Amino acid sequence: MSTINYSERIPNNVNLSDDRRLQRALESWQPKFLSWWGEMGPALPTTDVYLRTAVSVQRDGWAHFGHVALPEYRWGIFLSERQSERTIAFGRHKGEKAWQQVPGEHRADLQRLIVIQGDTEPASVEQQRHLGATAPSLYDLRNLFQVNVEEGRHLWAMVYLLHAYFGRDGRDEAESLLLRNSGSEDAPRILGAFNEPTPDWLAFYMFTYFTDRDGKYQLGTLKESAFDPLARTCDFMLKEEAHHMMVGTTGIDRVVTRTAELMREHDTDDIARFGGIPLAVIQRYLNFHYSVSLDLFGSETSTNVANYFTNGLKGRWQEERRKDDHVLTDGHVMVDAVADGRLTTVETPALVALNQDLRAEYTADCGSGVTRWNRILADHGIDTPLTLPHHGFNRAVGAFAGCHLSPAGEFLTVEQWEAGRHAWLPSDADMAFVSSLMRPVYEPGRIASWVAPPRQGINGQPFEYEYAHLA
Amino acid sequence: MPPTPVRFDAHPDTYRHWTLSVDGAVARLTLDVDERGGLVEGYELKLNSYDLGVDIELYDALQRIRFEHPAVKAVVVGSAKEKVFCAGANIRMLAQSAHSWKVNFCKFTNETRNGMEDASAHSGIAFVAAVNGSAAGGGYELALACDEIVLIDDGSSAVSLPEVPLLGVLPGTGGLTRVVDKRGVRKDLADVFATKADGVRGKTAVDWKLVDATVPRSRFADAVAERAAAAAARSTRPDAAEGVALTPLVRDESDTRIAYTHVTVDLDRAARTATLTVGAPTTPAPVDPDAARREGAAFWPLAVTRELDDAILHLRTNENTLGTWILKTAGDADAVLAHDAFLAAHADDWFVNEVRHYLKRTLKRLDVTSRTLLALVEPGSCFVGPLLELALAADRQYMLDGVFEDAPDAAPAELRLSDANFGAYPMGNGLTRLRSRFHGDPAHVEALAKHLGEPLPAAEALALGLVTYAPDDIDYEDEVRIVVEERASLSPDALTGMEANHRFTGPETPETKIFGRLSAWQNWIFIRPNAAGPDGALRKYGTGQRADFDNERV
Repeated sequence: MSTINYSERIPNNVNLSDDRRLQRALESWQPKFLSWWGEMGPALPTTDVYLRTAVSVQRDGWAHFGHVALPEYRWGIFLSERQSERTIAFGRHKGEKAWQQVPGEHRADLQRLIVIQGDTEPASVEQQRHLGATAPSLYDLRNLFQVNVEEGRHLWAMVYLLHAYFGRDGRDEAESLLLRNSGSEDAPRILGAFNEPTPDWLAFYMFTYFTDRDGKYQLGTLKESAFDPLARTCDFMLKEEAHHMMVGTTGIDRVVTRTAELMREHDTDDIARFGGIPLAVIQRYLNFHYSVSLDLFGSETSTNVANYFTNGLKGRWQEERRKDDHVLTDGHVMVDAVADGRLTTVETPALVALNQDLRAEYTADCGSGVTRWNRILADHGIDTPLTLPHHGFNRAVGAFAGCHLSPAGEFLTVEQWEAGRHAWLPSDADMAFVSSLMRPVYEPGRIASWVAPPRQGINGQPFEYEYAHLA
Repeated sequence: MPPTPVRFDAHPDTYRHWTLSVDGAVARLTLDVDERGGLVEGYELKLNSYDLGVDIELYDALQRIRFEHPAVKAVVVGSAKEKVFCAGANIRMLAQSAHSWKVNFCKFTNETRNGMEDASAHSGIAFVAAVNGSAAGGGYELALACDEIVLIDDGSSAVSLPEVPLLGVLPGTGGLTRVVDKRGVRKDLADVFATKADGVRGKTAVDWKLVDATVPRSRFADAVAERAAAAAARSTRPDAAEGVALTPLVRDESDTRIAYTHVTVDLDRAARTATLTVGAPTTPAPVDPDAARREGAAFWPLAVTRELDDAILHLRTNENTLGTWILKTAGDADAVLAHDAFLAAHADDWFVNEVRHYLKRTLKRLDVTSRTLLALVEPGSCFVGPLLELALAADRQYMLDGVFEDAPDAAPAELRLSDANFGAYPMGNGLTRLRSRFHGDPAHVEALAKHLGEPLPAAEALALGLVTYAPDDIDYEDEVRIVVEERASLSPDALTGMEANHRFTGPETPETKIFGRLSAWQNWIFIRPNAAGPDGALRKYGTGQRADFDNERV
């Protein structure tokens, strides 16, 4: 037996010290995780970073703040508190007690769901590996690392489930989570969006706003799972996910603010020469990230997702607040389809249309950010609003795959699409320009030219606070 | 409903789902299924899933590789779709299809895959499955029909047989049989594999012998090409040879008759019979294989086999209610035997070899056809050598003793045995039809060899056990009428089972297991409520609802 006291090194509320099976699994996994973090985690050397560490699941004071050397971050294992009488809210097991163990019948499906969710967590760390080198402020650098360590913790959370409930297969899958790498030719991450590079900070904010928000909605469906440990794990992950949403939302807020300021100051849209990001470039980034994130919701109809629902593995967003029978064997809904080059809808059993249901929730949520950014623009007297493109724009998955739609939702010929795409999606020139702005600013209290400082710092600290010490 | 009738004609220029490309000794068969190209309305062929239409093209491509591309020594079977090799038979297609359609579809796909293995064994064509993504169900079974399977190692692509856990049916294209029989996977591992919906990937798939190698994406194309080249180097096919073009079949059709050049089919819907009449050659046998090649697709043994093949497939698929097939022959028996002797003398020639094996496969189609087969041997017929195999494939043989009263000058019918009846055209059980017929009396087969080439009129044929009955003209027509009417009155299902039991005597081979054991179980499972009932797994698949099983073991 190892002499390492894992229970001490790994904050947890799963009785780690009493669970020999789990200890054994973590002994072999933890060194692999650390070596992965060393190779694929943040590339910028730091002495320490002001980070939040989850230490319990209590409503008040679940997190502890302090300066931590990154490799010594205490990645913990936390599940929300167990409700003793939780019952399953949907599907054919509705009303039965939630499962504390994995039923053999659903083992393969549950494992698959956990692996897919788990695969995204380290993927984003890999995608963001080099961003530290161009951080616009220490505050942003700290937020980046906070997101990174928490994605790392979310990986731990999924690995915990695989180790604790899925036997040898689960351990093998946990190891594979570290062997696939974002963008790798031989062993790419499972989902397409997680193999796209995150080349600059505008892309980072967009990613945390749009792509992490997909994660939030996926977690929201798993939080409803009849498999109680998964439900409780995801419930707690959602708490941390809120910070990632905040980084994205306020990140784009601050870019838009700075852009609006420069437009006012110089009375022009063409603020590139003043070190700002033109509104049109922001819109193109938004178009790209929103559309590739929509692809993560899969096809409008899915029999797998229907099976997951019926079997109680994965519910709908806010399942328990919905006013229907939570079984859905009889209902029908209208689902998007493309026929003869036109958008149409087909009546589809509600059960197989759950992807579209979740996507609709997501789209509504994304809209709130756009409203918020437009308010900033309006406050600066700018009446060119940002917009969410049509959900059929730039899609590679689902009903619109293979079609060409403009951001306004008009069907285009290939020629029209090619002619317009540079107006709608970031061009190489856009990316090169944004990249040219990406100069690191590591002095406390200072910030890059293209982004406004935050309204408030972290944990009540001022913006000038020394959020990170570089090595 | 399918378009009526389903046609088995195809050509690479008009494939919707496959691409056949040939580069020297290596051909590539690449699957890129057109989702909207289903043969029937009501389903989309997503993820390279297939239906009968997709498999008709595959069959055509395999035939063309054998006849039109004699220098091809290895075939890479791959996919043009990223991360997907093939998802197998389309489930929605299966769920919406009538039982008879499913069974006939599976039979054809099985014959096509058996044909791939026949090409490996007898034509020197090696198949390498380039599994570039997930291969599920029939997708993996397609790979199993290949000689080698290379699976991409990307941490997620797996081979799987998810039929039992997901659909409540069996892999219908030889999967279970080939996993244990052909690849030698241990039975307990096979059990784990066939109940694991997400399958097995990477090194485990190699360790379990489910695949031969697993290769990272960056080396995948090279590894496949190396294996194909190595396999090609072991081949016996010619380095350079001109192929024989399989020109379109000519059919003259009416509601009651399909007339090819050598084969005619007469349809009697009232009596529920189809009469297939196979004609003898009208030209002499060629002097050498080059001359045969110059005749091309018109070379009688090839032409008659293609026509018979097409007729069998047509009747099976489009004429379900014609439960009895009457097999007849007509023409010059000597011309048949001359061609037979030519085929035997030049068996080493690649083209002659292909023709012989094609005739063998077509006769095997007859053996596994779920129709009553009656051979009628009458004056003017030519049941000799290879065409005698048609009579031997039948469930019963009726031979007229003498001549019909209204044609007194005709020569009475005769049978003649040739070497063709003693080994060239074995059944799926590995035995000749004679050997299967006299399973209880092997010595009799040796005795029959003494009658090689001898004209055998009805009395002798009856005495030698080569025909069932030999009535004279007073009784003949009544006997035939009665057997046809009696057959039409019996349960078609019981007949199918009974006939298959009688046809395949003796030992089991992977082929007989696939058709006899696997298919029989599959067909039973297909119609059980646990699969096809309103709450069965096959019907519930895709609805998001769960199957409700009757838990009683039968």
